[in-house]
Amino acid sequence: MTDLASASEVNETGVNITINGVRVVAPKGELVIDAAERNGVYIPRFCYHPRMEPVGMCRQCLVEVDTGRGPGLQPSCMLTVSDDMTVDTESETTKRAQEGMLEFLLVNHPLDCPVCDKGGECPLQDQTLAFGPGESRFVEEKRHYEKPIPISDLVYLDRERCILCDRCTRFAKDIAGDPLIHFMHRGNETQVLTFPDDPFNSYFSGNTVQICPVGALTARPYRFRARPWDLAEVESTCTTCSVGCRVAVQSSRNELLRYEGVDIESVNHGWLCDKGRFGFESVNSDQRLAGPYLRDVNNSDQLVGTNAALEAAATAIGAGRGGGGVGVIGGARLNNESAYAWSKLARTVIGTDNIDAQLADGLSAQMVLSLPRATIADATSADNVVVIGTDLKEELPVLFLRLKGAAQSGRIKLTELSLLVTGLSKHASASHRYVPGELAHAVGELLASNPQLASGSTVVVIGRPSAADFPDEVEAAVGVLTAGLPLATFLPALRRGNVMGALDMGLSPGVLPGRVSLDEGRDWFGSVWSSLPGEVGLDTAGMLEAAAAGRLDTLVLLGADPLADVPDRDLVERAFAGVGSIVAIDNFVTESVKRANVVLASTAFAEVGGTTTNLEGRVSRLGQMITPPGTARADWMIAAELAWRLGGDLELESLAQIWSEIEAVAPSHAGCTLEVVEAEGAIEGVVVPIPKSPDLAGAPSGPASIRWSAPALAEPPSVDGYSLRLVARRKLYDAATNTQMAPSLANLAEQAQLMVHPGELRRLGVESGTRVNVTSSRTTVVLSLVGDAAMPRGLAVMGLRQPGLAASELIDLRAAITELRIESR
Amino acid sequence: MRFFTSENQRLATEIIGRYPKARSATIPLLHLAQEQHGWISDDAMIEVGRLVDATPAEVKGTATFYEMFKFAPVGKYLINICGTMSCQLLGADHLMHHAETKLGVVAGGTTEDGLFTLEHAECQAACTEAPTLQVNYRHQYRVTTESFDQLVDDLAAGNLDGEIPPHGTLGRVRQAIPADKSVGAVPPTEVDGPPVWLAVEGAS
Repeated sequence: MTDLASASEVNETGVNITINGVRVVAPKGELVIDAAERNGVYIPRFCYHPRMEPVGMCRQCLVEVDTGRGPGLQPSCMLTVSDDMTVDTESETTKRAQEGMLEFLLVNHPLDCPVCDKGGECPLQDQTLAFGPGESRFVEEKRHYEKPIPISDLVYLDRERCILCDRCTRFAKDIAGDPLIHFMHRGNETQVLTFPDDPFNSYFSGNTVQICPVGALTARPYRFRARPWDLAEVESTCTTCSVGCRVAVQSSRNELLRYEGVDIESVNHGWLCDKGRFGFESVNSDQRLAGPYLRDVNNSDQLVGTNAALEAAATAIGAGRGGGGVGVIGGARLNNESAYAWSKLARTVIGTDNIDAQLADGLSAQMVLSLPRATIADATSADNVVVIGTDLKEELPVLFLRLKGAAQSGRIKLTELSLLVTGLSKHASASHRYVPGELAHAVGELLASNPQLASGSTVVVIGRPSAADFPDEVEAAVGVLTAGLPLATFLPALRRGNVMGALDMGLSPGVLPGRVSLDEGRDWFGSVWSSLPGEVGLDTAGMLEAAAAGRLDTLVLLGADPLADVPDRDLVERAFAGVGSIVAIDNFVTESVKRANVVLASTAFAEVGGTTTNLEGRVSRLGQMITPPGTARADWMIAAELAWRLGGDLELESLAQIWSEIEAVAPSHAGCTLEVVEAEGAIEGVVVPIPKSPDLAGAPSGPASIRWSAPALAEPPSVDGYSLRLVARRKLYDAATNTQMAPSLANLAEQAQLMVHPGELRRLGVESGTRVNVTSSRTTVVLSLVGDAAMPRGLAVMGLRQPGLAASELIDLRAAITELRIESR
Repeated sequence: MRFFTSENQRLATEIIGRYPKARSATIPLLHLAQEQHGWISDDAMIEVGRLVDATPAEVKGTATFYEMFKFAPVGKYLINICGTMSCQLLGADHLMHHAETKLGVVAGGTTEDGLFTLEHAECQAACTEAPTLQVNYRHQYRVTTESFDQLVDDLAAGNLDGEIPPHGTLGRVRQAIPADKSVGAVPPTEVDGPPVWLAVEGAS
């Protein structure tokens, strides 16, 4: 091979090959199977997958190849092109090989297609029709296995159907890094299996179902629910987290039935996490809010018509506008158009800047919007990537996959700085721990001991390490980073679906649509909108504090559940007690919605189109597949209706018209017209601001107008030898409404527990699993204390929002760190 | 509770040290586990996985490929009777039938006293000495029904203890690598300069 390659180095960029008699040029190193496909010649295959290393396992892609030594059969997925190579995919020999392979595969395959979920979209079925012998000579009894066996809560395995292509096992090992399924036994007995009592619990297990070329792996949420030819499909972008994976949304009879990953180069490579893939169940939930209701003074709920509810909401908001003020919390669930409508409603009609899409658990909007932004492509090709704070595997799973892949291939040098060992730790070149409250100092030390970070390109992925620590710590750390690495670009690891779109649309105090500050955008938005609030408003923490102090009349919850999500439950309780009235717009009756006076039902994923923005700033289309339940409405329509009832007019009429307005007024989105976003082939989405974006005459120039400066480096909090510092981390599966409303995912969430190093257990003199009293400055709770050697000494770790008990009970939002005392009961 | 005895734990550490990557020690450690326990239990595979940084599924996938690893209890003596052509022509079927009667188990079974497991085997590469069998993989040549009975009686009486160790035992002489002969294996990615053995042995 090497000799052939060196002999053919005539043309650095391409080599000349002949495929079925046609001369074509293929880039050096391309596989024959890909070169053929690119030139319109499809070679049948089962084991080959373009996103995984080839293995030459199934032999279905054998074609006759002549490299000058005479023609011979070679697996085209294992062979790279070389000069003057002749490939014949239609020769008699090739045809005999392909027919032979298919006949062999079908010897063991049960042909139970009429009852198989894959029937109708099955590569084995399709390729047998196209390339198979048409007739089997096998008359003996086929093998039989127990049908099917669960290999995890989500995936079932039917071993009779398996053709041993190694796709799922390769995916589990090489892509997901969870080699919990493996070929076992030998020869005719070979099967894919898990270890007994060690199920295939991978966050990415659903991908194996999608790439299985037969019906051997099926997903429990979809089994026997539909036939492929009955499914309607629209392409969309997953909004479960802010990575923005491209998905195909499939439904039948106005019910969502399945999401499949769509391969786009810039984001997800076709993969999805299970939370995103099976999240459609929550949209279908019969617990969905289907219409508005009011809660009267006797605390009884009263179903009302949409008009009455809108009227009541407008009255509540109007009362706040005229009196002590209105605050709007939430908006990360909304699409960009709805976020813009709410931003405009708050600023122009309600006249407040008290609006925040983040729930005091994220990062400073000013910081996020002013930092030079990286793309995922940058982060997987930079010389150095520094991941700070979050466990990406738990929060942004597909970004984790991309970074892990890049680190494994040696393309990037990955450095990690986190409180705990994360999913990425073992793939990083260096993984460092730090102590809560000392992130900025740790970053300083990291830069001092790694001078190579300043040379070459560096991308920093930064998120909130623990909701138990004050966010100033992250800002101070970013200050150290921007000073030490002036050329670094940043990928903000914010978690919620369209949180970046919400920030871009100005759902944050002091920020207007298009990444413009309220102060600098005053003239421009004063001309394109009507009036603007006089001064910068309050963020979520500020609004809650104001409400608790009786200084806020009306709270609008825009798809937010502060009781569950704000990391200070005590504060939220006081705020809800102190506020005049609460208006909630949501998909479900969450804990916070139960406290609202007026409740409006809104649309969920796949019930409304528009666009969403991922953490890179990539704008991509959402697809509408089904109609919303009952009288639920799109959030932008509710905003427009409320404006009307409050005596204003947003002048917003349709998603398309709103986008045109965004493009015309938001400086960061200038030039990103509907035509650009919806262009043929724009499935990759469009990162804003687009290159050479036009200037909006009179408008300030985007991010440059946002003033952010890092807070001064605070002294690390002093160590208290009797206390443990709380780390409140996010897990993929938790008590979040959309997880709990999806039956397949709800049980995957671990119960709340407090994890410590086994040394702390010895110090306290208790066994692992004992229930103990845990006291913070806020309250005392009872939790089971579990020893885990992966936990650093001096820390106590719990999920922010696991079923049973949320860490937010223990946290004081304004404290730099949260210290816990643990006592046996 | 650790699976390996403390002596075997020490040996396991030494075995892992022989390879640049811990994972390469999977099969030697499985042999060690089978030697200690007589067969490979789930606990053994979990422990081997822990030692070589592999999942139990990966260890089981590797282990089950090999015929000589057993995943259920095996008698102290594993008797494999060859049934391939030369042996069959010279009475292997008759010998197997006789063995089944003598031991009171069918092929694949283990006697109630846990002493013998009887199995079919493919060619044992001693066709000139057919029919053959192996006891714990030690050859017995030109076996007759009489010599089979004698063999079983001798094994049961312990007369062959010096020759045939219990099932799972790899060899009577254990490989040991003195520290000064150690290759000092490190992962290829960490190799910096010439390999250690070259420095020890001299560049000859």
